[in-house]
Amino acid sequence: MNEAEHLVELIPRLRRYARALAGDRATADDLVQDTLERAWSKLHLYRRGTDLRAWLFTVMHNVHVNRVRSARATDPLDDEMPELASRASQGDALVLRDLDRSIARLPDEQRAVLLLVALEEMSYEEVARSLGIPIGTVMSRLSRARDKLRAMMFGAAAKLKVVK
Amino acid sequence: MTTDPQVSDAELQAYADERLPQERRAAVEAWLATRPEETERVADYRRLGAAMRAAYDPVLGEPVPPALERAARRQAKRRNFAAAAGWVVLGFAAGALAGWQLHGSRPVVAPAADAGLMARRAAIAHATYSPEVRHPVEVGADQEQHLVAWLSKRLGVKVRAPKLEEAGLALVGGRLLPGESGPVAHFMYQTNNGRRLTMYVRAEPSKNRETAFRYSRENNVGVFYWIDRDSGYAIASADLNREELLRVATLVYKQLEP
Repeated sequence: MNEAEHLVELIPRLRRYARALAGDRATADDLVQDTLERAWSKLHLYRRGTDLRAWLFTVMHNVHVNRVRSARATDPLDDEMPELASRASQGDALVLRDLDRSIARLPDEQRAVLLLVALEEMSYEEVARSLGIPIGTVMSRLSRARDKLRAMMFGAAAKLKVVK
Repeated sequence: MTTDPQVSDAELQAYADERLPQERRAAVEAWLATRPEETERVADYRRLGAAMRAAYDPVLGEPVPPALERAARRQAKRRNFAAAAGWVVLGFAAGALAGWQLHGSRPVVAPAADAGLMARRAAIAHATYSPEVRHPVEVGADQEQHLVAWLSKRLGVKVRAPKLEEAGLALVGGRLLPGESGPVAHFMYQTNNGRRLTMYVRAEPSKNRETAFRYSRENNVGVFYWIDRDSGYAIASADLNREELLRVATLVYKQLEP
């Protein structure tokens, strides 16, 4: 299968991933488009025979980080835990918005690991390879990302235990 | 966070993901049995995972926007291509291609797996026939109508010999060549000081594919090639530089557009 067909096949997964990264549909699809275009211009950097999917997610993360940086749209807080309160009972839309916002507030490197594991269901080894980090770092970032997300989504009770 | 040396935090993550090897699962469960806060933490992890999948998995079933599919295939709409026929985006096809991009355009190439092969064959045909002094073609330009009718009949598509005088090139003639999937039309052009250029035309079975110009270089032969519906074209020359070749390719493209 050539790259173009492979890319077409991966679009739904790229869109899902982008939705989690970027939140709303329009921004997410812009991100997918930029990612595909960047992938084509960087294809010489992709090593044939390796996992194209994993490489694309890496490209998408880079594109996303650059976009956010240039737009200054969000301000990820690494140390301070934002208080979003738990509004799980107020309906799916709010849960989704909280989820979007909470994921957006994770530090980039933690968000990458969490999404690759939780959404893409990559193995820890695949995540380590695709991000070029040791597996121990994958596990610690995963743990930190989850604890922060948990504090943001499920509120103060979780927060107390997380911030140490 | 997890201080017990017997169960690491990494193991807890793997347990929450249901990726822990069987032999460690019981140990973690025993460890959790006496730690309600950690048990709750694992449960929250799983809830988060479920929330994320519930929130984002529906995207997988949404119809793919055509713009994204075009971006994935690196295709542009026809009018974009026609409006800027000078766009050159280079592909990655098997070693032979080197890349650059003109005019900062958006990527527009649908890389056809076999188009690179066509470029290579065109380069070989050019290298084979263009040095010929006495028999560069089978049918000369003086019988152009006959030549074009003959090649069209053999290829099964309408073949034309573009007029390239404005690029300083006169038709020398043409010949029929064997191709990998059928006969190929090969036209030769020449400047008044003897520089040569050849056009390689093959019939495209799919009949509806389009690509933008792509460039490849085989030894010293430069090739611009593209596919336009029922025909694949490759313009090759060892004598013209890339800019000159692109100019000719653009001219050919414009003339052959119905």
